[in-house]
Amino acid sequence: MGTKTIVEEGIDVLVVGAGLGGTGAAWEARFWGQKKKIVIAEKANIDRSGAVAQGLYAINCYMGTRWGENNPEDHVQYARIDLMGLVREDLLFDMARHVDSTVHQFEEWGLPIMKDPKTGRYLREGRWQIMIHGESYKPIVAEAAKKSADKVFNRICVTHLLMDESKPNRVAGAVGFNVRTGNYHVFKSKAVICGAGGASNIFKPRSTGEGAGRTWYAPWSSASAYGLMINAGAKMTQMENRIVLARFKDGYGPVGAYFLHLKTYTQNALGEEYESKWFPALQKMVGKEYLDPEVSHLTHRPIPTCLRNHCIIQEVAAGRGPIHMVTMHAFQDPHLEEVGWENFLGMTVGQAVLWAATDVDPKNENPELTTSEPYVMGSHATCSGAWCSGPEDVSPPEYFWGYNRMTTIEGLFGAGDAVGGTPHAFSSGSFTEGRLAAKAACKYIDDGKAEGIVVSAAQIERRRKEIYKPLEHYRIYRNAVVAGSVNPHYINPQQGLDRLQKLMDEYCGGYTVGYMTNEKLLNICLKKLKIMEEDLESVAAKDLHELLRAWELKHRHRAAECVTQHTLFRKETRWPGYYYRGDVMKVDDENWHVLTVSRRDPETGEYTMEKAPCYHLVADTEVTEPKAEARVEHH
Amino acid sequence: MPTFVYMTRCDGCGHCVDICPSDIMHIDETYRRAYNIEPNMCWECYSCVKACPQHAIDVRGYADFAPLGHSVRVDRDEQKGTIAWRIKFRDGTEKNFLSPITTKPWGTAIPKLAEVPAPSNEQRDSQLLYNEPKWIRMDDGALRTLKDAGLKLKKGVYY
Repeated sequence: MGTKTIVEEGIDVLVVGAGLGGTGAAWEARFWGQKKKIVIAEKANIDRSGAVAQGLYAINCYMGTRWGENNPEDHVQYARIDLMGLVREDLLFDMARHVDSTVHQFEEWGLPIMKDPKTGRYLREGRWQIMIHGESYKPIVAEAAKKSADKVFNRICVTHLLMDESKPNRVAGAVGFNVRTGNYHVFKSKAVICGAGGASNIFKPRSTGEGAGRTWYAPWSSASAYGLMINAGAKMTQMENRIVLARFKDGYGPVGAYFLHLKTYTQNALGEEYESKWFPALQKMVGKEYLDPEVSHLTHRPIPTCLRNHCIIQEVAAGRGPIHMVTMHAFQDPHLEEVGWENFLGMTVGQAVLWAATDVDPKNENPELTTSEPYVMGSHATCSGAWCSGPEDVSPPEYFWGYNRMTTIEGLFGAGDAVGGTPHAFSSGSFTEGRLAAKAACKYIDDGKAEGIVVSAAQIERRRKEIYKPLEHYRIYRNAVVAGSVNPHYINPQQGLDRLQKLMDEYCGGYTVGYMTNEKLLNICLKKLKIMEEDLESVAAKDLHELLRAWELKHRHRAAECVTQHTLFRKETRWPGYYYRGDVMKVDDENWHVLTVSRRDPETGEYTMEKAPCYHLVADTEVTEPKAEARVEHH
Repeated sequence: MPTFVYMTRCDGCGHCVDICPSDIMHIDETYRRAYNIEPNMCWECYSCVKACPQHAIDVRGYADFAPLGHSVRVDRDEQKGTIAWRIKFRDGTEKNFLSPITTKPWGTAIPKLAEVPAPSNEQRDSQLLYNEPKWIRMDDGALRTLKDAGLKLKKGVYY
């Protein structure tokens, strides 16, 4: 097809992906770079893109320091406990100390935040969550981003980052294609903030027909954050830390408000509490530092999410499923019933549709819960993403190389799913990370670090050929067969996705194998992924929509490979309930109380794996060796 | 389906095509009306349903697990700043919900950062973001540091 090449030159800050991370970046960049050229490239339409497209009913990360509710370090401690000790505490502390200013601005812009009528404070759902009427959360933050950006390019699928040819390991912009016109878009930029998404649909979903669309994380979260950065040679961290969600069955409706605000609880098919009976054996697996029900009971210390999943998985495997959420008491209160329904309508309409279709009224029956397929992302309760520098005044030397939220590629910054080691950022934290990245990116440019970037016509042409190859491939081979989708020369993107999901599920610990894998399985997985990479050269797209799907598949495939490499490298079961290494079924702090870091060589495709130290926040008066799980005193 | 378009209501305006985050609402070339080209990539996010000026788009729950005979309709009103939902169960039960979507007229309360006073060099060299520290605690408190918190970062003991 005839495509035009459209070059956007002289960009200072290019924001790739305008979800909550990207909108935060674009918005803040304008303040620190009032005369800079700020451009957004978004795969869909900024007004309804990213994970918050349909809205949210809660902001899950708010300290409430103004009312003395929490300090940033409290949140770090919570995230550390939930992730079994392994997080980037510098990045988390930094995000948490800024996040409240983000939320206060959201309220200023018109986001309806619920108030507690007694205290006048924001209405708490739980210790970290506040409740909002967030149907238009995304349009509101999109408006802010649009006010700041020079240009917003909607419907641009960014496929690759451009690299500087005068200085190795420096970013120079990005390229992609317009999903509507097919035009080739080149963005030449001094700094790039990657706000692209994490990954749904890497592992086989529980519903495989039409219902495959009803994933927990948005189906358009296609691992582009990882595909773009890994292919450019950025170091990644904690990619093995995939997340499995316990959610309302089939609809994946959220459970947070039910547990925390409606005070609902779970039970097995016999109506029994089941969690505590799995704790003794689980404690033997993970150690007392990570699971101490007695301490949790006395101090309200949370039980890590993965361990609660483990109890569900075990109980169901023992034949006492399904697990039910006990809603019948709470829903007798009309106010709580309204909260329960609006919770879905605000962020998971599909669950309301399902309950209407199946006549489930939680007033009269307790709905089923189940565990989801695994997802790979970095903004919810998990922390896959790029290995990024922290802030100057917090980070130790191993975590600091000049600019906050900058990856190991110069000039390439991350926000949201793109940043590794920062779980529990959620929407407000992702927006805040975008803001931090934007300030740092402007400083990077002002410091003269982006001078003399060279991008040759050859690099641009090479990428163009690569991008349109699936369309070309289809055109050449489609008439080799009479009709239909079976062709010896190519696979289409859906066929490729099916293959990826099947092999990740069976070899890398998906739901059909009880989230179980081991060294042997992972090595087979890598071998199959390698062969699949060859077949991805023969992926065919019959139109621009399929070309979009082809590139989403390529990004998902690259992320899946990285996940497998990390899972192979970490020889322990650190997060039982997210995945199990059957050959090393225990937490092994002696060898693995570390963050895993990978780098894929863009030239050879070889991965280099390393361990990076895990720093913990401790009281500065502490002179003795802290335990692995150092405790922070509350002030 | 999950979203589908009623033949007699759609006028082919393309609002749903513009907004769909999954790029699956397309115009059928024969009928010149919109339809969902890839139901297994539809999240039932209702972005197209809300955007349709004709109320031509509806949702039929995923065939894998949702029986027929239900409906969840929505009316989003930017002028009023509300969203109204009507849920009809298979057995005929009906539930209605109304929520605010904004507290201010669209976009009016968002400042243009190109027009606010430029940051000072001191601000640039600090850890502060726009509107900080004031907007963190809404008082005269400063940005939290490790020193304020009486903390330091220490390498994990097992490394």
